[in-house]
Amino acid sequence: MSVTISIDHVIKKYGNDTVIKDVSIDIKPGEFFTLLGPSGCGKTTLLRMIIGFNSIEGGEIKINNTVINTIPTNQRNMGMVFQNYAIFPHMSVRDNVAFGLKMRGKTQAEINTAVNEILKVVKIDHLADRMPVQLSGGQQQRVALARAIVIEPEVLLMDEPLSNLDAKLRVEMRNAIKDIQHRIGITTVYVTHDQEEALAVSDRIAVMQGGVIQQVDSPIHIYRRPANLFVASFIGLSNPLPVVLQKTENGYLAQFTETYTEHFTNLTEEAANGMQAIVSARPEELHLYEEGPGIPVTVQSSVFLGLVTHYFVELPDGSQAEIIQDRSREDIFPDGTKLYARIDAQKANVFRADTETTLIRRD
Amino acid sequence: MSSTSNSNAKKMWSLASLLVLAFCIVFILIPIILVLYKAVVDQTTGAFTTEYLLKFFTKRFYWINLINSIEVTIMATLLSAIIGVPMAYVMTKYKIFGSTALNILIVISYLSPPFIGAYAWIQLLGRSGVFTEWINSTFGIHYDGIYGFAGILLVFSLQSFPLIYLYVSGALKSMDSSLIEAAESLGCNAFDRMRRIVVPLVMPTLLAGSLLIFMRVFSDFGTPMLIGEGFKTMPVLVYNQFMSEVGGDDGFAAALCLIVITMTMVLFFSQRFLSEKGTYAMNSLKPMQKIQAKGLTNLFVHLFVYVIVGLAIIPQAVVIYTSFLATNGGQVYTGGFSLDSYTAVFEKDTSVIWNTYSLGLAAIALIIIIGVLVAYLTVRHRNIVNNVIDTITMFPYIIPGSVLGIAFLFAFNKPPLLLSGTALILIISYTIRRMPYTVRSTAAIIGQISPSIEEAAISLGASDGTTFRKILLPMMFPGILSGAIMSWVTVISELSSSIILYTSSTQTLPVSIYTEVIRGNYGNASAFSAILTFTSIISLLIFFKVSGRKDISL
Repeated sequence: MSVTISIDHVIKKYGNDTVIKDVSIDIKPGEFFTLLGPSGCGKTTLLRMIIGFNSIEGGEIKINNTVINTIPTNQRNMGMVFQNYAIFPHMSVRDNVAFGLKMRGKTQAEINTAVNEILKVVKIDHLADRMPVQLSGGQQQRVALARAIVIEPEVLLMDEPLSNLDAKLRVEMRNAIKDIQHRIGITTVYVTHDQEEALAVSDRIAVMQGGVIQQVDSPIHIYRRPANLFVASFIGLSNPLPVVLQKTENGYLAQFTETYTEHFTNLTEEAANGMQAIVSARPEELHLYEEGPGIPVTVQSSVFLGLVTHYFVELPDGSQAEIIQDRSREDIFPDGTKLYARIDAQKANVFRADTETTLIRRD
Repeated sequence: MSSTSNSNAKKMWSLASLLVLAFCIVFILIPIILVLYKAVVDQTTGAFTTEYLLKFFTKRFYWINLINSIEVTIMATLLSAIIGVPMAYVMTKYKIFGSTALNILIVISYLSPPFIGAYAWIQLLGRSGVFTEWINSTFGIHYDGIYGFAGILLVFSLQSFPLIYLYVSGALKSMDSSLIEAAESLGCNAFDRMRRIVVPLVMPTLLAGSLLIFMRVFSDFGTPMLIGEGFKTMPVLVYNQFMSEVGGDDGFAAALCLIVITMTMVLFFSQRFLSEKGTYAMNSLKPMQKIQAKGLTNLFVHLFVYVIVGLAIIPQAVVIYTSFLATNGGQVYTGGFSLDSYTAVFEKDTSVIWNTYSLGLAAIALIIIIGVLVAYLTVRHRNIVNNVIDTITMFPYIIPGSVLGIAFLFAFNKPPLLLSGTALILIISYTIRRMPYTVRSTAAIIGQISPSIEEAAISLGASDGTTFRKILLPMMFPGILSGAIMSWVTVISELSSSIILYTSSTQTLPVSIYTEVIRGNYGNASAFSAILTFTSIISLLIFFKVSGRKDISL
């Protein structure tokens, strides 16, 4: 019963300003799909195009292969959770949740059953007769979620639903949302700028920037094999290191310094001998040694976090890099120590210096 | 050191509390109690009597006035809502050409005194009005002019809808558009969104605005006096009974006051009860975006807005226009333009103009001092005395001007406080009439200033008084100034208590306009009205400049 959403060469314009530039995405039935990107990247605009609050200037949006471009919002049967919850302040929790069912002309008995059931699912059945002003942020969030899913929508849309909550509640609520979505199995589009949140809840993530999709992939792939330098730096931390590629029999040597190279065997056909490239290494993909070979670095400062230690080091060109070391060493390198950093060539990513797109072969 | 300064400060504020309390008792409580006392106590015997009240309720000649008042008030309030709510919705939802100017015109039409509206409409639709004569000559009928119920209703509706408009558009602006979007996503069509979301959310605001209009219309004296003719309302009856040269009956007038106050009080509390749930705190994360209407819709909304605003501003246009017409001794327009009316007014006596300005300024000064003091005490120094002050300062809200005027004459026409006939009695009556509004708005301003700002100043070594003067007052100043201009505009056009309290040496512009109209000196009346209107308009423009706003809260 879950539906697919096809976004097919969609364009959004405000005057002469194109904010969604020919975006195409296919969302699978029951999938938890996240639009992730910095503010102003067009993710909310795209979401509002799916539900119909924003017009579509080009392309088509299809639900189960039916084009919905011109169907009015109130006939699209989509549930939406708003950033500020948009709880009707003049109605009790029960009336808020029942609102959509009333609009659908359900009988009072049906409404009561459905509302009671959904309030139990989102665990606010004890608050049914409260007014919104008496609810905490997390409880309002649950009301908004219940109100959106009780109408059994084909699609659930969530626009930064957790951004108004405190850090602890955010983690609790995102687990709740993931859990409820999984149980109901409804196709869900979720908008956030918080990459950790996106990684935690999503089946797949579309990273957006400047109205363009940068990469659509599972959280693991987005993190491990970013499609370009933007995704690499937006999701998690990345240390970009300039290199020159040298062809070998079964791959390429990335030359970091005159004396230090690493061998990559997983580069695409695009790679060429003598090509300028950027190796992007996550803090945990760099390792510190007292002896060479390696990139010579100087420890500037360190933060001991128990499980791991974060080192902030200066590279030969004067820029800074962050390196995370596990507890294999008992003591901590003092500030000013001169060390050698080596890259984990299995995990690090390589991008073209000119287009900043990946040179790693998809497995 | 801190303990002595604390106790000094406490003494200072307690003293201020007591002074304000004394002022409230003398000028609010005692006059009102006197009215109530005189209403039920026989003047000669001093015994309790229901004679005055019975006289009112047993004679149709009297009680019909109350019915008239209620009828016209309810109808005018309803009509104001019927015009004001769609206006607010249209102006919030659609881009309207020239909306800033329209807003200013709406505010001007609201703030000019209603009796000027009555007077202007008489010139257009009265017995010998321009439109009346045109209608009669065109259709060959004998229309006698828009006097009585219809005239009063016309004037009040056009004059009161701006308040509903201003209130409701304020509420609409603070409404989050995602509420409407949420309803839409839940399957709600446009009509249901209006009915189930928008209307309930603006209802408390609408009720509050309606109450203000109800009070204003119910207690207005000038309009029914001028355009009512045979159709008399309560304030007219009160005035006539009190002022009538033969057998002015204090007891009966007091009984009428009692009935009027009872009415307004019942209304006040029923409104309180109705809006018990209170206004909804809405965080307008995403206010409604104005959209450009297309085609017929665009034409229709512009037509609607412009016709309504045009009707509302007609009185001001008429008085200014007619003030420049040539007249025959101030009575009959002879055609052509001239400055005769102004010359006549300025040659005759300019004292009414200076009276209006000087009394107004004095009242504003007093209003600000007492308003700020009361607001500060009730917000920052909550105790029994200040709670009592808070309650008493709300009383004038339900006391119509003519009732207050009569109450003042009862209380202050003999020693120890012989004030009748002085300028002071007018100044104090203006102050008292404006008090509830000033205290509420100033309290809101203080409420928005975090107490920790004062605590910071005190922790840095400032005394309580210094903190008040150097920190609180400067922070409150813009708000107070805006409020003061609003008070000024209302005070200079006050008629209903002035008409009872004035003497020839304290005659003000509204009183002069009223007496000139009654005498049929339309030229002079127009010149006076134009001066008053210009003053209001200039004051409002200063208000918009000072507050940097394009809208207004009253």
